[in-house]
Amino acid sequence: MEIQTFSYDNRIVRNFGIATLLWGLVGMLVGLLIAFDLVFPSLNFALPFTTFGRIRPLHTNAIIFAFVGNAIFTGVYYSLQRLCKARMFSDLLGRIHFWGWQTIIVAAALTLVLGITTSKEYAELEWPIDILIALVWVVFAVNMFGTIIRRREHHMYVAIWFYIATVVTVAVLHIVNSFEVPVTFLKSYPLYAGVQDALVQWWYGHNAVAFFLTTPYLGLMYYFLPKAAGRPVYSYRLSIVHFWSLIFLYIWAGPHHLLYTALPDWAQSLGTVFSIMLIAPSWGGMINGLLTLRGAWDKVREEVVLKFMVVAVTAYGMATFEGPMLSLKNVNAIAHYTDWIIAHVHIGALGWNGFLTFGILYWLWPKLWNTTLYSRKLANVHFWIATLGIVFYAVAMYTSGVTQSLLWKQFADNGTLQYPNFLETTLRIIPLYLIRAIGGSMYLAGMVLMVYNLIRTSRQGSFVAEEEHQAPALQVADDGYAQNRHRWLEKRPIQFALLAIVVILIGGLVEIIPTYVVKSNIPTLASVKPYTPLELEGRDLYIREACNSCHSQMVRPFRSETERYGEYSKAGEFVYDHPFLWGSKRTGPDLHRVGKKYPHFWHYLHMNDPNSVSPGSIMPTYPWLLTNDLNTAHVERKITVLRTLGVPYPAGYEQRAAEDLRLQSEQISAELVKGGAPAEPQKEIIALIAYLQRLGTDIKATTSK
Amino acid sequence: MNVLIILLGFSMLVAGGFLVAFLWAVRSGQYKDTHTPTMRILHDDDDRLGTRRSSTHSS
Repeated sequence: MEIQTFSYDNRIVRNFGIATLLWGLVGMLVGLLIAFDLVFPSLNFALPFTTFGRIRPLHTNAIIFAFVGNAIFTGVYYSLQRLCKARMFSDLLGRIHFWGWQTIIVAAALTLVLGITTSKEYAELEWPIDILIALVWVVFAVNMFGTIIRRREHHMYVAIWFYIATVVTVAVLHIVNSFEVPVTFLKSYPLYAGVQDALVQWWYGHNAVAFFLTTPYLGLMYYFLPKAAGRPVYSYRLSIVHFWSLIFLYIWAGPHHLLYTALPDWAQSLGTVFSIMLIAPSWGGMINGLLTLRGAWDKVREEVVLKFMVVAVTAYGMATFEGPMLSLKNVNAIAHYTDWIIAHVHIGALGWNGFLTFGILYWLWPKLWNTTLYSRKLANVHFWIATLGIVFYAVAMYTSGVTQSLLWKQFADNGTLQYPNFLETTLRIIPLYLIRAIGGSMYLAGMVLMVYNLIRTSRQGSFVAEEEHQAPALQVADDGYAQNRHRWLEKRPIQFALLAIVVILIGGLVEIIPTYVVKSNIPTLASVKPYTPLELEGRDLYIREACNSCHSQMVRPFRSETERYGEYSKAGEFVYDHPFLWGSKRTGPDLHRVGKKYPHFWHYLHMNDPNSVSPGSIMPTYPWLLTNDLNTAHVERKITVLRTLGVPYPAGYEQRAAEDLRLQSEQISAELVKGGAPAEPQKEIIALIAYLQRLGTDIKATTSK
Repeated sequence: MNVLIILLGFSMLVAGGFLVAFLWAVRSGQYKDTHTPTMRILHDDDDRLGTRRSSTHSS
């Protein structure tokens, strides 16, 4: 048998590792800033690009795609080479992948602070960046599958299966959720509207958690945890069983993000059922991870890498127990829209993703630089300060979530709401927001210690760029590559045929989908009409400022909500909403029935300075809306695009749109001037007021209240 | 709610793809041995050339 010599590429691993550290710092720092924003609203600095709505998606994107994303690539590029006993397929593709991904991150940061966003959570980036993501992802996929095909080890270790699931599924999710029609180079409307858009978004959103934050990390756990502990995984059989069951169950659980909304009931129940079932494969992974350390707990006491990993796996277990519980409708009724969800995701992000990343990096860095860790003591300090940080964070947010939810639902003896003023419930939890921010500060402080520790580690060692190894060639590889590949196809006629069918199906679906979706966007409530051009522009401002970060537009069918907000939301009301703006968190009150609730003047004052009408409000100020002129250059194109998506603007209406917009803004401005506000008709605030006053009013014509 | 059909379609596509992968894995003998693979990854430094390091990892 031929013995081959080859070398592993450690440069690409190092580069992704450094990017992980850098973006981790940035993402956590931005997170800390928005945490403090909620305690001290003046930290929004009254500037558009530092205001909560715009930088909250910056935080989530930076943590998920920049910090966790680069950490995944670090771990995959390191472990895949060793598991396959092969160098990565192509150094060039690796470099394109690395620089492409960093370019995406920078583009994301710039566009998000500029208010260029689709408003869809974890998919905020506009269409040119979406295309770039798809391309870079394909580069990664080719590099990965190329390596797997050229492997010198017949058996594919379970971690590789987790990586494959990640690459394939993320690609499908990203593409399906990104069907959008460009209006300009940096503005698009999604193909889907209202309820359908919401369903696609949360099918994507949930599976982004599943296949970006979970499966790749389980793969990393199965490689790095046994390596760090120096003992094999507890049960390989369990790892195989839980991998396949996880993959088949995860993709159906998305609707649990939309319980009690206008989504059809059966779809909600489907989401709940699959979410409950998910507990089994999830805990399979956790148990397997923890039991790998059976009889080695003395090592955990000594080894800081293992400490991080143990907390990570435990956090995974807690979050995946909590997830199914939150999918129960009665629990969800309390937890949804509150800080409970924020606590839940941070157990996952800080505990599972963060701590596993830290453990891996502390283990990896000395290997890459052929030395020992600079300071174990410092790493231990990091471990404790970060663990305490998570505790502070989680306890504060769980308390805050439950407290506020109960306050929202509390009725007085006479049958009216005990706390009719939303702000009153917010003011109760501000001390908890402060504790959360302190917890976050501790976590970030730990991260800074790690960066310092790793920099010193790399300084004291010398970087091993190429690691030479020897292994026998895989038997089928004997005949040379071309013939080998031919054989590979020959051997698998059925697989190949299926692959072809899949490719054809995708092509067909791309053609069929638009007609399908557009047809079913036809209105179901006769009184619901498309937005006027001015309202449409106002809606796009609402998206630009990401008002949906803090305000939902979905009144659930509970008495406590209909009392507070008005009639519950119906699916037919959202048929012209490209995109849907239901939101997922109520830091402020729901806005679906805000139309006509307050006079124009109130909104004018409120947007300029919320405290002037709601003393104590933690909402940021938006003074620029009063001074900026509305950009109406694209109103024609917007109307045309929406018509192709099924919004029934009459033929030729785009020609009259600008005129209609002018008339409506003059009317609103005249009413404002009458009230005493010096409002000129061409300002942005006019459009936003027009939209807010329209919200949820269409059905008032038909429902008797 | 035609979009449900699309999502079901894509979800089935993904699930179907994984089913094929699963069948291939089982048939090609990937899971015949569930012991050696767990041990092998612990020794992936043993075939390293040049500066040898111990394969027990306590960083």
